[in-house]
Amino acid sequence: MVYDVLIIGGGVIGCTIARELSRYAITTALIEKEGEVGFGTSKANSGIIHGGHHGPPETLKGQLEWEGNQQWDTLCDELGFGFKRIGELTVAMAEDQLPTLEKLQDYGNRKGVPGLELWDRDRIQAEEPHISQEAIAALYAPTTGVINPYEACFGLAKNAALNGVEIKCDRPVTGIRQEGETWIVETPQETFQGRFILNAAGLYADKIAEMAGVRTFRIRPRKGEEYLLDKRLQGFIKRVIFPCPTAVSKGILVIPTYDGTLMVGPTAEYVDSKEDLTTTAAGGQNVFSHVTQVVPGISARDCIAEFAGLRAVTDSEDFIIGPTAKPGFINVAGIQSPGLTAAPAIATLLVDILGDEGLSLNPKDDFIPTIPKPIHFASLSTEEQIKLADQDPSYGRIVCRCEFISEGEIRDAIRRGARTLDGIKFRTRAGMGRCQGGFCTGRCMELIRDELGIPLTAITKRGGDSWVARPRHEEVSQSC
Amino acid sequence: MLITNPKHLKPDYDVVVVGGGPAGMGAAIGAKESGAERVLVVDREKEAGGVLLQCIHPGFGLHHFKEELTGPEYAQRYLEQVLDQDIDLATDSYVLDLDRDNRVKLMSGQAGVNVLSSKAVVLAMGARERTRGAIRTPGTRVSGVLTAGLAQRFVNMMGLLPGNRAVILGSGDIGLIMARRLTLEGVEVVGVYEIMPHANGLNRNIVQCLHDFDIPLHLSTTVVDIHGGDRLEAVTVAPVDGFTPDMSRSQRIPCDTLLLSIGLIPDNELARQLNLRFDPVTSGPLVASTMETSKDGVFACGNTVHIHDLVDFVSQESELAGRNAGLYARGQQPPPDNIRLIPGENVAYCVPQTISSDRDHTVYMRVRQPMENCLLRLGDVYEKKIRFVLPAEMVNIKVRPKFLQQFHGDSLRVDIAPQQ
Ligand SMILES: Cc1cc2nc3c(=O)[nH]c(=O)nc-3n(C[C@H](O)[C@H](O)[C@H](O)COP(=O)(O)OP(=O)(O)OC[C@H]3O[C@@H](n4cnc5c(N)ncnc54)[C@H](O)[C@@H]3O)c2cc1C
Ligand SMILES: Cc1cc2nc3c(=O)[nH]c(=O)nc-3n(C[C@H](O)[C@H](O)[C@H](O)COP(=O)(O)OP(=O)(O)OC[C@H]3O[C@@H](n4cnc5c(N)ncnc54)[C@H](O)[C@@H]3O)c2cc1C
Repeated sequence: MVYDVLIIGGGVIGCTIARELSRYAITTALIEKEGEVGFGTSKANSGIIHGGHHGPPETLKGQLEWEGNQQWDTLCDELGFGFKRIGELTVAMAEDQLPTLEKLQDYGNRKGVPGLELWDRDRIQAEEPHISQEAIAALYAPTTGVINPYEACFGLAKNAALNGVEIKCDRPVTGIRQEGETWIVETPQETFQGRFILNAAGLYADKIAEMAGVRTFRIRPRKGEEYLLDKRLQGFIKRVIFPCPTAVSKGILVIPTYDGTLMVGPTAEYVDSKEDLTTTAAGGQNVFSHVTQVVPGISARDCIAEFAGLRAVTDSEDFIIGPTAKPGFINVAGIQSPGLTAAPAIATLLVDILGDEGLSLNPKDDFIPTIPKPIHFASLSTEEQIKLADQDPSYGRIVCRCEFISEGEIRDAIRRGARTLDGIKFRTRAGMGRCQGGFCTGRCMELIRDELGIPLTAITKRGGDSWVARPRHEEVSQSC
Repeated sequence: MLITNPKHLKPDYDVVVVGGGPAGMGAAIGAKESGAERVLVVDREKEAGGVLLQCIHPGFGLHHFKEELTGPEYAQRYLEQVLDQDIDLATDSYVLDLDRDNRVKLMSGQAGVNVLSSKAVVLAMGARERTRGAIRTPGTRVSGVLTAGLAQRFVNMMGLLPGNRAVILGSGDIGLIMARRLTLEGVEVVGVYEIMPHANGLNRNIVQCLHDFDIPLHLSTTVVDIHGGDRLEAVTVAPVDGFTPDMSRSQRIPCDTLLLSIGLIPDNELARQLNLRFDPVTSGPLVASTMETSKDGVFACGNTVHIHDLVDFVSQESELAGRNAGLYARGQQPPPDNIRLIPGENVAYCVPQTISSDRDHTVYMRVRQPMENCLLRLGDVYEKKIRFVLPAEMVNIKVRPKFLQQFHGDSLRVDIAPQQ
């Protein structure tokens, strides 16, 4: 069949577009190389829905940041992922940083971002007593939120699928050509045909454009290392804390993640390889030395996990969104930070672009905007827990003790599509706590085995060659 | 193994013990001994026994049972006593929450959520292993990097191997035991790398698990980078000067498995919820000589208080905790402690943190540095010669009331110093 739209790349951008397009009576497929959606940059970021005032209003990035910000509440209500508006402070430590705060406030005012306030030292100390006494002023933005970025991808993809979009994972695009009006997209597993291609391949958007014969930009990966801290520090800092930004970076942040752990980072370093997800000793030192200037009570000793993500940066430093010289091939490229924030606005922008390019978009009358919300056992009241565990005893069995995740939630995650340990981890948080899977990995593997009927040795961390365990030699020695 | 159906739980207990490892079972037996009638042990696993169930090697019980047992055998001995003495045991059950009045919120696969009341509670939740994040090892997030305890579970309980060629980081006991275990299973163990200038495991494990199998131990060396895409492909190791790696002498070692044996930390989730006072060195709650924590009626023992190298000491300490919890439940507490112990020269910590001048006590401690021909001094009231001390081997001393007859202060320094 010839699809109306083929989306290449299942990050938060591809997933939000897929979900937005599923409102219309068209046929769409989303093609993703990894085993599950959201396994690219979209799972390795700071998880902040930026307040809306960071980017200058004249850039595409700056506009879409604020537009996207406002759409996340509805998405969260409909799809049930973790999101809350906890506010942020951009902190000035010296007089010469005050103009930057004023500039940010001005950006915000020009875009209509509500609630921005300049706080003095006393107000800062009253609201966030663990911020350094040296902080002299801060810009407060109540519109900033934190989100579970992977949950958002899973929810968006799930809902898109419910409304008819075909989600095709494990399909790396290896070639693109045109036959008349039709685009042919090749993967080792199958070939797709479509009228329009949306290039949302993140770090590889330049390669995809090249395959289509319209490469006009180059993507350089800029790495960001992030460090997660022990839950003991929950509540130590209540809002997202930014230092005063510089020309290259928003700086090193303190992020109270949606799930309550603090995270510090990211760094910003150009790297040569698009696969370089290493964390480095220098990166860690950089992060902790900066963070402790603003929040002295944080220590590298509190670190429980670390990871890195790569921003897809183009020479223009701005998003590249729009049609190309080849009709039907549309770029959604260079979506670096704040791409997560902007994603919903990018998706609506693409609907307009597709319309302008000649795709007729008629709203479906049977569009279902919601999906069943996953249960988080630990956040239920005792009465609700008693009731649920009575109905389904698997909810009464704790598998991950650090994060209080029950067997029921893990079985549910597998039924909702988790195929790998990371798939379970990112859906339920099992293995994300301070013991990092030391206790629950074995149990999670047994549950995948039982639910999917595959042997333990076929289970991977995140697909590909990331196998977890191999069989013992017992069988061999017995046959000798 | 027998499992009490949580449906038959009583609504109120004299003593509820959280955790059914050797500490929890020992405490329950102690509580019974001191006259508590209704005693319950809760464990979240399907069987009681704790970490012992995955330790199928011998070496347990030499002090306590005067014979050499495997971990599961040691656990079985305890379990039989628990069942004989009419102690309730709820497995597959998780203690979610304790409130200020010692009401215990219990969740179980068989009986859902229950709230029980108890006169006294004993915390015996054991410990967890430190992970890669705790030491911030740089590199990629490949599969194949796991704690030694998880690898032990794979091999001894799930019939799996963690990989083909392994490097072990850290010379903790679990890593040493796994070096031998993996070798016996046909996995190639390249070596054990330890950042400190001395080993962190028991001497007998260094001999029996490394020397006997020709596995090299590299002291003052650590893993500085982790390579690979999906699965681990190699690690880079480098000698350290202090904690700074000397990259000019670094070496890339191909392997598909990296086991971490870099220490245990007391499991203290529940203790934190209760806002107990903590010892920053042990990471466990502060305890009095009765093993009572800073909250009335809440006792603690085993690895949740401080990390023990021998289970025999866990047994000793937990029977004491249980006996005192039982007495508390019956309203018969001994008078409060009157002497605080202060860790002095080469002493990292002491447990208990306080003692009383009218009873016998065993005080456990760990040293910071290895030392030979030393003198353990308790203020100026008592001293004892010790041939050598190692950070990996817990030191203990019996403190008797007779030492303290002439003593009238309220704190005593504990030092381990070279003999002059
Ligand atoms: C450290 C860091 C922190 C950040 N913090 C924030 C933040 O706090 N707030 C915010 O708004 N933004 C933040 N960002 C930016 C945000 O994460 C990105 O803008 C966003 O995730 C980009 O989404 P994407 O869908 O374009 O890319 P991706 O998630 O990378 O998706 C692209 C997808 O395309 C797939 N793909 C690639 N090649 C092929 C192929 N040949 N065939 C098939 N599929 C292919 C990939 O597998 C991938 O899944 C941060 C980024 C980084 C790196
Ligand atoms: C690999 C290894 C090798 C060892 N080798 C030796 C040896 O050779 N000789 C020796 O003498 N000692 C050895 N030890 C030490 C000894 O086994 C431990 O010190 C001892 O098991 C600690 O006992 P515990 O009861 O404190 O903790 P654990 O055995 O860890 O038991 C804690 C129990 O509490 C349960 N629990 C925790 N939280 C909850 C909750 N909220 N609700 C319900 N249940 C909960 C857990 O499931 C667990 O069963 C070894 C230890 C390890 C890890």
